[in-house]
Amino acid sequence: MRITRKQAAAAFVAVAALGLSACGGGGGGGQAGEGEPELSNAALGGIAEESDEKGGTLKFGLAGEWGDTVDPGETYYGYSWDMLRNYARSLVMFKTEPGEAGVELTPDLAEDLGESSDGGRTWTYTLKEGLKFEDGSPITAQDVKYAVLRSTDKQTFPNGPAYFEGLLDLPENYQGPYKTPDVNTDQAIETPDERTIVFKLKQPFAGFDYLAQLPQTAPVPEDKDTGTRYKDHVISSGPYMFDGEFDPTNGFTLVRNPNWDAATDPNRKALPDEMTVQLNMDPDDVDNQIIAGTLDVDIAGTGVQPAALPKVLQQADLRERADNPTLARLWYSSINPTVAPLDDIECRKAVMYAMSPTSYQNAYGGEYAGGAIATTILPPMIPGYEDFDLYGFKDNPNGQEDKATEALEACGQPDGFEFKVAYRAERPKEKATAEAFQQSLEKVGITATPEPLPEGDYFSATCGLPSYVVENNIGICVNGWGADWPDGYGFLSQIVDSRVIRDTGGSSNTSVRIPEVDDMIDEALVEQDEDTRNAMWGAIDKRVMEEAVIFPGVYAKAVLLRSQNATNVFVNESFGYYDYTAMGVKPE
Amino acid sequence: MSLMTPTSPEASRHTGPYLQVEDLRVHFETDDGTVKSVDGLSFAVEKGKTLGIVGESGSGKSVTSMAVMGLHTSKNARISGSIKVDGQELVGAPIDVVRRLRGQKMAMIFQDPLSAMHPYYTVGNQIVEAYRIHNDVSKKAARAHAIDMLDRVGIPSPRDRVDAYPHQFSGGMRQRAMIAMALSCDPSLLIADEPTTALDVTVQAQILDLIRDLQREFHSAVVIITHDLGVVAELADDIVVMYAGRKAEHGSAEQLFGEPQHPYAWGLLGSMPRFDRPPTERLLPIKGTPPSLINVPEGCAFNPRCEFSSRVPGERCVTDRPEALDAGGGHRVACHLPTAQRRQIWADEIAPRLA
Amino acid sequence: MILYIIRRLLAAVGLVVVLSMITFAIFYLMPRLAGASPETLATRYVGRSSTGATVEQRAESLGFYDPVPVQYWNWLKGVLFGTDVSTGADTVRCPAPCLGYSFKTQDPVLPEILDRLPVSFSLAIGAAVIWLVLGVSIGVLSALKRGSFFDRAAMTLALAGVSLPIFWTGLLALSIFSYQLGWTPPGGSYTPFSESPLDWAFALLLPWVTLALLFSAQYARLTRAGMLETMSEDYIRTARAKGLPERTVVAKHGLRGALTPIVTIFGLDFGLLIGSAVLTESVFGLPGLGALAVDSTRNNDLPMVLGVVLLVAVFVAVANLVVDLLYAVIDPRVRTR
Repeated sequence: MRITRKQAAAAFVAVAALGLSACGGGGGGGQAGEGEPELSNAALGGIAEESDEKGGTLKFGLAGEWGDTVDPGETYYGYSWDMLRNYARSLVMFKTEPGEAGVELTPDLAEDLGESSDGGRTWTYTLKEGLKFEDGSPITAQDVKYAVLRSTDKQTFPNGPAYFEGLLDLPENYQGPYKTPDVNTDQAIETPDERTIVFKLKQPFAGFDYLAQLPQTAPVPEDKDTGTRYKDHVISSGPYMFDGEFDPTNGFTLVRNPNWDAATDPNRKALPDEMTVQLNMDPDDVDNQIIAGTLDVDIAGTGVQPAALPKVLQQADLRERADNPTLARLWYSSINPTVAPLDDIECRKAVMYAMSPTSYQNAYGGEYAGGAIATTILPPMIPGYEDFDLYGFKDNPNGQEDKATEALEACGQPDGFEFKVAYRAERPKEKATAEAFQQSLEKVGITATPEPLPEGDYFSATCGLPSYVVENNIGICVNGWGADWPDGYGFLSQIVDSRVIRDTGGSSNTSVRIPEVDDMIDEALVEQDEDTRNAMWGAIDKRVMEEAVIFPGVYAKAVLLRSQNATNVFVNESFGYYDYTAMGVKPE
Repeated sequence: MSLMTPTSPEASRHTGPYLQVEDLRVHFETDDGTVKSVDGLSFAVEKGKTLGIVGESGSGKSVTSMAVMGLHTSKNARISGSIKVDGQELVGAPIDVVRRLRGQKMAMIFQDPLSAMHPYYTVGNQIVEAYRIHNDVSKKAARAHAIDMLDRVGIPSPRDRVDAYPHQFSGGMRQRAMIAMALSCDPSLLIADEPTTALDVTVQAQILDLIRDLQREFHSAVVIITHDLGVVAELADDIVVMYAGRKAEHGSAEQLFGEPQHPYAWGLLGSMPRFDRPPTERLLPIKGTPPSLINVPEGCAFNPRCEFSSRVPGERCVTDRPEALDAGGGHRVACHLPTAQRRQIWADEIAPRLA
Repeated sequence: MILYIIRRLLAAVGLVVVLSMITFAIFYLMPRLAGASPETLATRYVGRSSTGATVEQRAESLGFYDPVPVQYWNWLKGVLFGTDVSTGADTVRCPAPCLGYSFKTQDPVLPEILDRLPVSFSLAIGAAVIWLVLGVSIGVLSALKRGSFFDRAAMTLALAGVSLPIFWTGLLALSIFSYQLGWTPPGGSYTPFSESPLDWAFALLLPWVTLALLFSAQYARLTRAGMLETMSEDYIRTARAKGLPERTVVAKHGLRGALTPIVTIFGLDFGLLIGSAVLTESVFGLPGLGALAVDSTRNNDLPMVLGVVLLVAVFVAVANLVVDLLYAVIDPRVRTR
């Protein structure tokens, strides 16, 4: 899932607006962690304001525009996926339960999780009976097949996840159902009857259920499909449907879908009669309205703005409504081994030891708003996470000058060296991180100069462009990553596989080029046993950390706030924020 | 006449001079000190008569006219003495009382008719406005009156010109329109401040003729303010020569042109451009520059520029301020030289050089 | 006069063309200078797990492989004659003036802009009325009472008004009037005029006042300076000499003379404000053009940026034209020259 640029921008505005709280000292956030009373965290691991009461209007607010689209074939934003489950059902979904259960998969449209055969190359799902679209027409396996096929047309839906076209055994030159409607695609997806759908892959893929939970498997009726315009009114398969058109400017309203049958859907409570999403709000105003009760949730789920944070931490009634979950997100920095002398592992280790993990944490706003000091790439809630600390970050939160100096000797640079630390200019926290690197590394004689770069091109033209990094002596790229889904592959594949790096730029992975890791990924992909597979992801994490090409900063945390009207609230661990299918509102 | 009963033109039963100014002082407080623009000036004008006030710029003549009109709005202006129009005291009178007199009993013509008329309103509109403040008539009647006034000041096809804007008029026409505006309420006192200075020489004479004709027609008291003796020579019955806010010489036109007695008046006469001489040849140039009105020279204000002060015994020109004393026949001169000596100097030294 | 208007309109069209060219150039040249390829550009418009093939396909469909002038011509052609666009499922006609399709959402640009225009326009017009009334009257009073306590207080406040950031005053106003007192609706509640003029005005009241505060200050200073100058003109003396009451002198003769510079600035301000009330729109959650401009710039959404630039340029040009025509109404010397 993608953290939006907009949220970063929103944070920026808020920081500018409340310069005090943001700039009140680098340690401000850190101190908040020690002396402050605990947040309620009632919606973490349990259900806050548990309720079965139906009715009312649940009000969502969002700073800026809707991140991308509401089309299940193309949407790629985390909160969009969370929200989407109210109007679209995929084959499989994450459990709508608090705690660790949230990262477990459970069938949705399908009667059961996928049944694999052919060594993980073939995956079969059977649809439940009695499933209907909002217009009353039955949902068939063909509708699911059509939905998946149209999502592979990247000319029409360029922004969506690109897993299916990579894995499905589609015919050569297949360009999707719009341009090549007559091509027989049974070799990739077969629908022997109205309730059975069989996916056939080019190579074994053990974690296919994770793909089956993507919004892209939510059924789309072919006769109602209008391509890029389909998002104007997505035909609902879930408990709610769009009231009129989706308006990316003014927002939208979801109303009950009369053709949704609760008997087919044990996962959704569908409490409110209506859900409204108000867009283009001011980020601080979103917080203020949640405090005042005119809004119930910030749909972005990235936490309150710095302006409201002190208030939330100090006011008892607000603490009661606040939660501090860890997100499936790592704020980290890439150490680029293509930039001399960082091509020498000892020089990279010097950076690892010299950098103070605490200063990284403070740059992100301390323990509550920023997150916990990270020692691994995989965040703790991802299955496969293994707790190790190769560089002793936890015991030495302020950096280890002695070890850094030793490492510098070992790589033949006792007097240190110079490089630039690139960061996204629009993100104040990344700027603070770059400055933290500068200050920490200075102590051992390494001159790291912060280098602001525009966010829009960060991966396509600067940090993500291999030649640019080398030519401009960019030793470190400040970075961040959230999982597409909470498992090792969903989290790691885009940031540690060297094969995603393109000479033309555009890759999120800027520093990890370890052939051994590439092989380990391929092995894990086909491992059928889940526990073994998860252990393999942990091993990959460790292998990458050994190479000292990633400095893990913090496991991201956020301070979430809900209104006093919100009921049945819990954090869904697979998203890291409130489960939008579960929430209801108190009666007026 | 009491202020309690505002006068209307018809009700005027006052006898004596229509405008009477006594010991007028207009001082301005500035950061650098007090500017004594007018300092103890007295004169009077009767209906049907014309008074010319002559002096260099900065001599206080325009300040005097503004004081009469009650147009010194600055908080820093301090006015004392007495200004009576038709017997009514204006100094110290409520602002609104003076305002009602303006345009009605007393009107004014300004130097530059282009800047003095509002560029955004038609000529007719501006005359109508002036007329309707003081006369409760319909717009239509006021417009007819405006056309009539334009006709009377000699503007051709006034019916068309009434809707023209000031910038569409020539300089002379504009001044005629200005005069029409001033006379629209049939004022008994007309003050013309440098009415011809901004105009072509050929037009100047026409305007002066017009003022004279209109004066006869309206039988008003006229005050002409100018630095140009030629203008007053044509029009004025009486003439006041001002220097540094005070009266230097005051007499009838015959007295002043026939036998001027103040050295400053000699200088002015000598500076008059004349067609029979090359323009560069000024016979009696006044040396030096007008004095600062903050630091007026001790004694006679003209003494630093006066080439005859040495003929006054002692240092009187530097120590004593001369009063404007009657030199015979109402001819007042503010000079320490004895009258006989002044007459002699004029006859022997000045007049021949001007001939 | 008609010829004059035509000439001005042509100049406006020229301005719009030049502006669009500059926007185009900035968009394509800056990354090029930084060494970006068509694929680099296209990477902005694909999902993060995309393959190289997808990127190339995207670059192709966005026309990035064409020379920049050709791309510009294609865009211009759409504006002039309209163009056909594929939605995947269908081909739809985008009639002239077709401002193109968003690189990001693939939605047509024009409807999105037209959707937001009323918001920006509503914001600008209400604020303008308030700031003109407030600014001009304070300016006039200040000028007439120059040096007085009122003048000093007003000008100090004006300075403060100019210096106070809108996101601060706006948030403060919201927190007091909306959340604590509950007098005004919360941020983000915009009702179209056509639905309910009362709700429309009610929801926009705070944004109007906040925005007007900033401009009032500026206009008060401007009016004061203008009035001080006009009130010393000869024609003011003439007006007084006619015996006009001071009220008439100030309102009819003084203010009219001081109006020209105010009208000039106002035309520019108003035209620009349509597309630049970014902070106000953001603070009060109003989906206007300013917010759109910022969002689309951040998203590198060239067609959307071009669309907004184009529209704002048209507005500024029209506002200038109106100002010119107003000049003729105000100042007959312009009309009859």
